[in-house]
Amino acid sequence: MTAITEGTGPASPADDEELPLLRLRGVSKHFGPVNALTEVDLDIRAGQVTALAGDNGAGKSVMIKTISGIHPPDGGKMWWGGKPMRVHSPGEAATLGIETVYQDLALCDNLDIVQNMFLGRERMHRGQLDEESMENAARETLTSLAVTTVRSVRQPVASLSGGQRQSVAIAKAVLWNSKLVIMDEPTAALGVAQTAMVLALVRRLADRGHAVMLVSHNMNDVFEVADRIAVLRLGRMVAERPAAEMDRQIVVDLMTTGVSTRVAQPRPSAE
Amino acid sequence: MSNLKEANSTPNAEQPGGDELSTGAAPLPDSTGAYLRASWVRIKGGETGVLPVVAGLLLVSILFQIANRDFLTAGNLVNLLVQAAVFSLLAMGEVFALLLGEIDLSSGFVAGVSAVIMAELAQPTVGWPWWAAILTALVATAAIGVVQGSLITRIGLPSFVVTLAGLLFWEGVMLYILGNGGAILIQDNTINDIGSANLTKAVGWVVMLVIVAIYGAQTWRRDARRRDAALLAPPPSLTIAKITFALLAGAGLVLLCNADRGVLVPVYGVPWVILLVFAVLALWTFVLGRLKFGRYVYAIGGNAEAARRAGINLTRIRTTAFMLCSLTAGIAGVVYASRLRSISTSLDGGTLVLYSVAAAVIGGTSLFGGRGKAMHGVIGGVVIAAIDNGMGLLGFSAAAKYIVTALVLLIAVTIDAVARRNRPEGT
Repeated sequence: MTAITEGTGPASPADDEELPLLRLRGVSKHFGPVNALTEVDLDIRAGQVTALAGDNGAGKSVMIKTISGIHPPDGGKMWWGGKPMRVHSPGEAATLGIETVYQDLALCDNLDIVQNMFLGRERMHRGQLDEESMENAARETLTSLAVTTVRSVRQPVASLSGGQRQSVAIAKAVLWNSKLVIMDEPTAALGVAQTAMVLALVRRLADRGHAVMLVSHNMNDVFEVADRIAVLRLGRMVAERPAAEMDRQIVVDLMTTGVSTRVAQPRPSAE
Repeated sequence: MSNLKEANSTPNAEQPGGDELSTGAAPLPDSTGAYLRASWVRIKGGETGVLPVVAGLLLVSILFQIANRDFLTAGNLVNLLVQAAVFSLLAMGEVFALLLGEIDLSSGFVAGVSAVIMAELAQPTVGWPWWAAILTALVATAAIGVVQGSLITRIGLPSFVVTLAGLLFWEGVMLYILGNGGAILIQDNTINDIGSANLTKAVGWVVMLVIVAIYGAQTWRRDARRRDAALLAPPPSLTIAKITFALLAGAGLVLLCNADRGVLVPVYGVPWVILLVFAVLALWTFVLGRLKFGRYVYAIGGNAEAARRAGINLTRIRTTAFMLCSLTAGIAGVVYASRLRSISTSLDGGTLVLYSVAAAVIGGTSLFGGRGKAMHGVIGGVVIAAIDNGMGLLGFSAAAKYIVTALVLLIAVTIDAVARRNRPEGT
């Protein structure tokens, strides 16, 4: 977080710690009479995995879409690196450095890994596709993320396993100097080993300094990698705390009833 | 070479995270053998390319040759290639639509409209020069493609229905322009030459050498660039082998064409139309393989939603693809009329378009989008012409030709389906 500009921070209460990469205050979104998000506050910090938990219909997807520019908020404020942020399209969000890995991964099965990673942003050389440069960049990115299980970056994505596809989708997001990577249920369709591989990759992203927002309702995943946990219930943020202060039961209570009377057991550290 | 391998395998060994499922990145092949092995793995994995259809073409040729010794004569083979030209051109156009996962049923009669416009304008009573007549015909067909493509992409109508309407509509337009006479003779020599003239022997050699030189330079530069970038690339020996093969194939084709194939008067030389098919093939291969547009066509055919999220303008790419499809059909129409030296109501655009779809699929293009090449159209067109030609030599009726063509189409699709089953998780 060296990109913080001094003195332009938001005049929000309790601004007593380091400025987060992304700060939401009072963000609301409604679709007709339905309030999808109500007065949501959230901070997302670089170098941390922030898990967003919530039951079905809690507003997790709307939250992602609000941040990534698909559904701009109706009310409230967002700050990006300390500056007021307005995004009205995924393109604008991408320009800021916000990349989203959707649950369906948005990969073209018939294209190879390199072609997928550069789709829509191909490098050109004298009017033609610059395959060499793209292939090297793709390989470097995959190597830097320690994604070494793929046979060749020129194999079609159709021939990859579920975990490898997820890795490619994540690497695609990272390729663009993204600062915040949002992931929607990255392990939903994966087996045990593949899940471990993807979660390790998620952790590495944060350790490299990216901010990661992980949307999941798999408590195992959440407690495996998250630094902080935010819980949404019926469009309201009912809690946002360090993962160490929570446990499974508390999160489930918060997700279902919005409150938890449990006091967190001092857990051994997540790692 | 061994140094290169050393240098490239070291970073792999240092990578963290090698504990989980890691098999390590494949080291770069350092020899011809390794490269060929990598290619073989790809083929076994279902990425067979044009191999099945080429094998099939060889098989069909051998069978016809056994049945009739006239099949593999120089004269017949050149005739066959000329006969294939219209199918190949139409099929190359169709590949654009098929790559999107769409279909263009109108291209047969779009070719007819192109032929009629050209023939009409080149008539002595109208008196347009040949190039203006052809250019107008091609612009008109491109415009037809834009109109049909816009209906499909902007209003969201299914391409099957829009181009089915196109099939009927453009047949009507063609018949309307042909009017009561039902035929227009073409008296312009240049236009007639497109379909029937040949290069002289010497020019044939020169043109072939120039084409192989360009291909060789391109191939060498590309492979060298990949080697310099330390990417998986064929070693120099294999690059040279590829270029040598192209030279031999070119020389074989020129020798074949330069043999006398006349019956009463000597006829020899490379037909212009073969050159034209090669030119269109080279152009569309470049467009599909080296330009963003081509990449986006594949992406849309593979996963339109992913392409849209990547910021690709689906409407524009799709409409352009339909335009190129119709434009290529327009070129096919010019060749068709030029070969017959006339255009008449006998043009059967319905059969032509079905043959062109069959040719593209026989060549290896998928009907479900995202997989195909311009080359598939050419090879498929040659297969269809070979069946037509070979069975004609054997004295079979049209009925038998249709039946055999249908069986070949089914075999081609079956081979493709079986080959792709070998892929771990296929589309």
